Amino acid sequence: MTFINQAAREINCKIVYYGPGLCGKTTNISYIHDHGDHALRGRLISLATETDRTLFFDFLPVELGAIRGFRTRFHLYTVPGQIFYEASRKLILKGADGVVLVADSQEERMDANLECLSSLAANLEEHGADLHRSPYVLQLNKRDLPSAVPAPELIRLLRVKDEPVVEAVASRGMGVFDTLRAIIKLVLLDLRNR
Amino acid sequence: MSDRPIVLLREDHARIATILDRLLAETGAKVVFLANRNGEQIAAAGNLSGMDPASLGSLAAGNVAATRGLARLIGEQEFSVLFHEGTRDHLHISLVCEDAILLIQFDARTTLGLVRLRVRRVSPELEPVLEEIRARSVALEGALLRSTGALAGITDDEIDALLA
Repeated sequence: MTFINQAAREINCKIVYYGPGLCGKTTNISYIHDHGDHALRGRLISLATETDRTLFFDFLPVELGAIRGFRTRFHLYTVPGQIFYEASRKLILKGADGVVLVADSQEERMDANLECLSSLAANLEEHGADLHRSPYVLQLNKRDLPSAVPAPELIRLLRVKDEPVVEAVASRGMGVFDTLRAIIKLVLLDLRNR
Repeated sequence: MSDRPIVLLREDHARIATILDRLLAETGAKVVFLANRNGEQIAAAGNLSGMDPASLGSLAAGNVAATRGLARLIGEQEFSVLFHEGTRDHLHISLVCEDAILLIQFDARTTLGLVRLRVRRVSPELEPVLEEIRARSVALEGALLRSTGALAGITDDEIDALLA
């Protein structure tokens, strides 16, 4: 739910990183926090278990600068990937202006990717949104692993429309900022075109 | 994807800020913070130095969302008031008009009872302002966005420049 504060001259948008457990959602956010411009990003909040699995959400506010005199702020959230936390995933998704699905490229995680995609579409529908008409980016993470499924095959199985697809190795930062730029662009275009 | 954008005009902010300033004085609290349900700050009063408003808002929103989930598990619609007691400072969190989260940080200079009393009295003042904001956003969406000047007529090149 975009929030425009005219008094503060700010545009605030919410972006959610979604995906199965251990696919790299938190890695994406952490990389943005660690390597982004310090002046333009805030504190990283991580609500996690003792074993660093996301328990509720990660949160990172980033600011990209001004456009037409309005500061553009993006609130990045990740959801917990484990199915056990499905209720929390649904809560965090509410009000999202854009979503990134982080897919785990490993062959043995294909079922988890598909389950997540299905859950994403269903949860968005419950919130009155439609994945096919929403700002959405597909990130294929862990491209460096030996069991990674070829990208064309992953795209065939996971792509739902003409969404941008970004290949990534989030642990090394590859594709992380490309993904962020892609989803932000889609969110801003969607807002402009309303 | 999202609900319709919410636009907070300058006059809305001024009205809300006046209410929050008075609430701060009447409760003797340290901070009064009003956020939308996504945790984004609408207005605040008091000393927020040393406190990150983005973190405060997002955690409060997460807290409220999780608590709402708990309430529904036991057959309640929601818990409209949350109180967190610290050793020195405390937090009183309440929902206003379903769309907003009112968070009050206070210490031993005041009491929970007084905070709750003043919050109950101020909610009917905040509700019409928040209702107006929401109704305006539903009714005018695109025109409203254009009227604020935000993103009006921006080009693809401008967006690309922002992302460079």
